[in-house]
Amino acid sequence: MTGTASLQFGLMLATVLFLLGLIGVLMRRNLIFVLMSLEIMFNAAGLAFVVAGQRWQQADGQIMFLFILAVTGSEVALGLALALAARHHFGTLDTDLISRMRG
Amino acid sequence: MTILLHLSAAIAVVSTILVITRLNAVHALLYLVVSLLAVAVVFFLLGAPFVAALEVIIYAGAIMVLFVFVVMMFNLGSEIVDHERLIFQGPIWVLPGLLALLLLLELAYLILVPATANFGVAMIGPRQVGIRLFSVYGLAVELASFVLLSGLVGAYHIGRRYRAVPEERGR
Repeated sequence: MTGTASLQFGLMLATVLFLLGLIGVLMRRNLIFVLMSLEIMFNAAGLAFVVAGQRWQQADGQIMFLFILAVTGSEVALGLALALAARHHFGTLDTDLISRMRG
Repeated sequence: MTILLHLSAAIAVVSTILVITRLNAVHALLYLVVSLLAVAVVFFLLGAPFVAALEVIIYAGAIMVLFVFVVMMFNLGSEIVDHERLIFQGPIWVLPGLLALLLLLELAYLILVPATANFGVAMIGPRQVGIRLFSVYGLAVELASFVLLSGLVGAYHIGRRYRAVPEERGR
């Protein structure tokens, strides 16, 4: 597969995965599923970076993926800690119920 | 090579659709792992083996273990026995296993047929990535370490408060 076709295919795959993650964030009400959908979106963005980096034969795309990996790691740690705290304080993981909190 | 790329992309999309439509969090996590493995195969086929390895080790390994750990912490109670029973009787793991088996067959094909090891795309290995990462992007590496440190401190702080509250109520 030539460079341009591979770029087109990779970007299409990244778009589809990102949209699926976005649908998951908007559709699901469980906090764990929202975090999982965020993971899918991060992964799709990283895929787009790597695909573009491979198209122009530069290592920068892969380096951007490494930074996305670092951001994702801290995001997951914080998000899951917040989910534990929300479960403890509100007794539920439903984002509709959690959004009632005040202050 | 194109067929392998399309197959792993299809596996990624199908398992991602199954992730966002599952009701049980553990089932969704199984499909999410399969989706990440499929994306790792796509990375490898595009000529980025270092990122493919990191995708398997960090995403499908470390981050998913974190998710599984928290989901298992939430699933306390009597219903856990029914869940355990479902694992052995139901075909829950069959479809993720099948998708992962397809990816394994792709990988075995790639290893066993060395003529296809070079697909016409130039590989960018860990050597070039590392040289560029620690020369041009040195400042960004430091900033990434700051992000990871803030994640660590934040998670510790929130988790500590979560643990300390029931002790006060006990008194």
